[in-house]
Amino acid sequence: MITLSHYIVLGAILFCIAVAGLFINRKNVIVLLMAIELMLLAVNTNFVAFSRFFGDVGGQVFVFFILTVAAAESAIGLAILVLLFRNRSTINVAEIDSMKG
Amino acid sequence: MNTDLLQLICFYLFAAVAVIGALMVITVKNSVHAVLSLVLTFFSMACVWLLAEAEFLAVALVVVYVGAVMVLFLFVVMMLDIKQEVVREGFIRYLPVGIVVAVVMLVEMLAMIGVKAMHAHTLGPNPAGNSNVAWLGQALYTDFLLPFEIAAVILTVGIVAAVALTLRQRVGVRHQSAAQQVVVQATDRVRVIKVASEQMASVSPAPAPVVDPTQENAK
Repeated sequence: MITLSHYIVLGAILFCIAVAGLFINRKNVIVLLMAIELMLLAVNTNFVAFSRFFGDVGGQVFVFFILTVAAAESAIGLAILVLLFRNRSTINVAEIDSMKG
Repeated sequence: MNTDLLQLICFYLFAAVAVIGALMVITVKNSVHAVLSLVLTFFSMACVWLLAEAEFLAVALVVVYVGAVMVLFLFVVMMLDIKQEVVREGFIRYLPVGIVVAVVMLVEMLAMIGVKAMHAHTLGPNPAGNSNVAWLGQALYTDFLLPFEIAAVILTVGIVAAVALTLRQRVGVRHQSAAQQVVVQATDRVRVIKVASEQMASVSPAPAPVVDPTQENAK
């Protein structure tokens, strides 16, 4: 019998893998973007599970909107990445420090 | 074999594939392989969502993510000329801290979830009834109509922003300017110059050929 905790634990594991990916891939912006997509996937899994187990349609509608915004976000992120590579010829995060943030 | 056990086995199978795919995303050397592993992860998670009876979202995940976003990622990865060894440096250095942070976070999350307490929530009857799409669509087009339209606007803004960011202005390319073509005046095209006629000694002076400006403009 699949319970709610199965889905939530799976979401937590995926989220932690994504966090680890953010830490160990400091140089590659593409992998950073993919780790963010993994985080969104983990969050969406939680939404779907809660929506199913508590019978509320709002969770699935929210997943729909998260998918929309994530698609727009990755499109703009990749556009910025292409622009960055064109100007600096690198996707190394350590070298992108001109704003001194 | 009863259905519940079969579902549980399927869940563990898809979850294991998803976790392995996610681990490959963050550890493989080649970025193309990382993108393909992410596709595998999304696919298995779509199957997990199917087990949660969210059919529409599972299909949308495959269509939108695997079909569109991941292909976009693949395009960008193959378009950029990335040196693998430069990108990989610091991997070993940050590996321990990454693992520690992830494990600590996971333990905290699991402690907060409280695995035993959540086992009380077992799968009840499907609230969607027969059709998940009808359930979702009814909410989307009544209660969430304004956010739905705003989502469409966000997608349009995303397209425009992505195109505007990557549009390249090349120098030295000849192109037409429609605005300048529309606002052009006749006097911009033809310039009337009055030339003083020369006086020849032998010939009787003829009147200087004056060009009528109105006639000239009419050309």
